[in-house]
Amino acid sequence: MFRYLLPLILFITLAVFLAIGLKLNPKEIPSPLIDKPAPAFALPILSSPDKTLKPSDMQGKVWLLNVWASWCVSCRDEHPLLLQFAQQHVLPIIGLNYKDEPAAGNAWLQKLGNPYDISVMDQDGRTGIDYGVYGVPETFVIDKRGVIRYKHTGPVGPGDVERIFLPLIQQLQTEAV
Amino acid sequence: MKIFSLCILLWVAYPAWSAVEYRDFKQPEQEQAYQSLITELRCLVCQNQTIADSNADLAKDLRRQVYEMLQQGQSKQQIVDFMTERYGDFVLYKPAFKLKTGLLWLGPLLFLCIGLFSVLMIIRRKKSVIKPTLSPDQQNRLSAILEKGDQD
Repeated sequence: MFRYLLPLILFITLAVFLAIGLKLNPKEIPSPLIDKPAPAFALPILSSPDKTLKPSDMQGKVWLLNVWASWCVSCRDEHPLLLQFAQQHVLPIIGLNYKDEPAAGNAWLQKLGNPYDISVMDQDGRTGIDYGVYGVPETFVIDKRGVIRYKHTGPVGPGDVERIFLPLIQQLQTEAV
Repeated sequence: MKIFSLCILLWVAYPAWSAVEYRDFKQPEQEQAYQSLITELRCLVCQNQTIADSNADLAKDLRRQVYEMLQQGQSKQQIVDFMTERYGDFVLYKPAFKLKTGLLWLGPLLFLCIGLFSVLMIIRRKKSVIKPTLSPDQQNRLSAILEKGDQD
């Protein structure tokens, strides 16, 4: 009896593994930066390039770092959702304008609306490398102590805000500094 | 034949399209390190290419990063560590052997062993099936037929 069942068992095992493999998104690579301090930068602000912003300026607040660019098509998809989220004033949203022309970045925000409290410019992509950016848009949740607690690669979907971001942000906001 | 020679030519020409920018190195060792590093690091945008093969913007930036770090006198290991700290083990085409990557390294060996074991079992079973099993009565009849055949 076992002789005949064995191939069936093997087949089912293989099928289950393949089914799981099909459901996985190869673009989602676990970030080694989770629970590590957000890499430092001092980047010029998009709207007033003579001023700079550092992650340490955000100390004591839970904040969102959203990597975007005017050339990025998926950022356009994500944009309305981000605007809506910004209107709820849950936390400061900082934009990292990644490998973009300042003029193009400013024009994009003017045309489509600006969900960011502040956007900083990473024109040569070095800060992007420090944050392990590989697929714009990317969104980081950073806690009061300046530690990265969550990373979302690709556009944030409609359900993601309620399901992932809001509960996490609420939890982080109750944590002590 | 034409297609075959085209394939051969493309294969031979491989190094020609792998290096995109011109880089100046002070020592040949540095250039060697650069070449081997860019063919070991994965371009995460186009996941099945190394940063040497890819023309994606990120690959260009990572090649620049590798070059600059070598110019600063950093070792290959330091650069590999720099990349894995930011992008994880996936950035390496040859990931380090550790608990997390153990199945990746030993998996093929495991499957080979399962395969060999199965083949061995099948051969053993076949052998026992082939063994002649004639009863004494059948044996007598067989020799009788064979003798008759000789007489004809």
